[in-house]
Amino acid sequence: MAIPMSSEAAKEFIPGWEMVIGLEVHCELKTRTKLFCGCTNSFGQEPNTNICPVCLGLPGSLPVINENAVELAVRIGLSLNCKVDESIFHRKNYFYPDMPKDYQVSQYERAINENGYLELPLSKKMVRIERAHIEEDTGKSTHVGGGGGRIHGADYSLVDYNRAGIPLVEIVSAPDLRSADEAREYVSELRAILVASGASDGKMEEGSLRVDANVSVRRQGSREFGTRCEIKNLNSLRSLVRAIGYEAQRQVELISSGERVIQQTRHWNEDQGVTTAMRSKEEAYDYRYFPEPDLVPLSPSGEWIAEIQGRIGLLPAVRRERMASLFDSVSKGSTLDQIVTAVGLGLDDLVVAAVESGADPKLALARATNEVASDVGNLANLTVANFCELVIMESEGKLSATQAKTVLSKMLESGSGPQKVVKSLGFEALDASVLEGLVDQVISSSPKEWERFSMGEDQLSGFFIGQVMKLSKGKADGKVVTSILRSRRA
Amino acid sequence: MANLAKLSLSEEEELMYTGQLAAILDHARDIMALDTADLLPTAHPLELRNVLRRDVEAPSLDRDEVLSQAPAAEGGRFMVPRILGEAP
Repeated sequence: MAIPMSSEAAKEFIPGWEMVIGLEVHCELKTRTKLFCGCTNSFGQEPNTNICPVCLGLPGSLPVINENAVELAVRIGLSLNCKVDESIFHRKNYFYPDMPKDYQVSQYERAINENGYLELPLSKKMVRIERAHIEEDTGKSTHVGGGGGRIHGADYSLVDYNRAGIPLVEIVSAPDLRSADEAREYVSELRAILVASGASDGKMEEGSLRVDANVSVRRQGSREFGTRCEIKNLNSLRSLVRAIGYEAQRQVELISSGERVIQQTRHWNEDQGVTTAMRSKEEAYDYRYFPEPDLVPLSPSGEWIAEIQGRIGLLPAVRRERMASLFDSVSKGSTLDQIVTAVGLGLDDLVVAAVESGADPKLALARATNEVASDVGNLANLTVANFCELVIMESEGKLSATQAKTVLSKMLESGSGPQKVVKSLGFEALDASVLEGLVDQVISSSPKEWERFSMGEDQLSGFFIGQVMKLSKGKADGKVVTSILRSRRA
Repeated sequence: MANLAKLSLSEEEELMYTGQLAAILDHARDIMALDTADLLPTAHPLELRNVLRRDVEAPSLDRDEVLSQAPAAEGGRFMVPRILGEAP
């Protein structure tokens, strides 16, 4: 399958400069319970209802590792081509009330997964994965008083520990990304892998997937890295792209005006579209990492790893191959883009099923990546059978393209089948004889145009189709009308 | 170190703790002087590996009871003093 090269234009944001980006992605694992205790792992519960002595760090409580969290972490590692090895846990100590223990348990020296890679689907670029380690999530603070819920100026803070102790895997890439578009492509692909492997639901909007971006700039051709800044609070792909663009621009302007970039952590402000300094390296925390004495090393056996490998579903790269095989050629960029979108949103099963039941592949892919993708929140309303039926109706010309799009949107909204929606919208295809009657009606009421069309002025077919459409109130299929016109002319 | 631990110590306390910490460091230095070339590094004194539990839910604590133990609470959440720094 032919793959278009990534556009050079996207790489060069300011002529003569290059961005260097590495990403840290925190992914919440789809377990039933927390990492070290039996509290429920779920989003959106009443505050402080999923807490126990272990996740509250009460004296005398002891953590025990959730077997399923280890399995899901290994699934991530294997899916990212990492070496899965013996690992240990450390305590990361700090003074901040989002962890009641005053430390977060994480893997510091030896991560469960190390040295993998991910291949970007469009540019085919390899991005190295340095590590994908297990750690526990922190609680959630709400800042009260002051301006806009930010810490500075807050009168006090309120803490909810439901999230404290939820299992996370932090996936750290090497600084291999060179543009905001590549960063977006990386996160989309990583998200698709995390969902396909069954490790995470990948919902950025619910915080299941959180991204920090390390950004620096350098002159084109330079091999040295510039001083980097870490950007936090990137809650969507859109924020990621905007924040990287802003931050790289800021750094280039600093350097160009003779100043220097200070290594610091910066906060992305979505409303103002800017990054602002949170803390500089000089005041960086000393986390005083030390081995967690309450946990023994983790050492998944070869047999267990092999078992886990067998439970990983089809990964995006394989799914894309499977979809590509439905087409004679995917050399066209748009088809490949659509395939990547479909797999990224998990819509590929729909398309494959529709094609297997006789639908036109291009049509099935287009409906999935346009209409279904734009309302993916309602995907649960769409059964595979209903999608197949709709696309086949369009393939067979029973619905025009415009009608099919409208019907599909309504199906997603309501959960009804295509027949029912077609009926309620009055989209039943007109009987051929009715259509012929309409065509004849238009011909007799426009004799001059008909004469010119008969003499070979093909462009007038548009006029006739338009008139028939008007009479049929939009229900006529343009293709059928054209063929009737041709047969009348002959 | 007192700074890191956010402790305000008197001058006498500082002097006392400096002595005590120096003794601890001396002890660590004694251990570091041992020849460990033939020993494998250990991550934990126990030789155990993979102490795991099944992913099964256990009851959580009653929120009101927990919050009644906290110095202050509001709207089902723990109330803490104004936080100066950002989250790490």
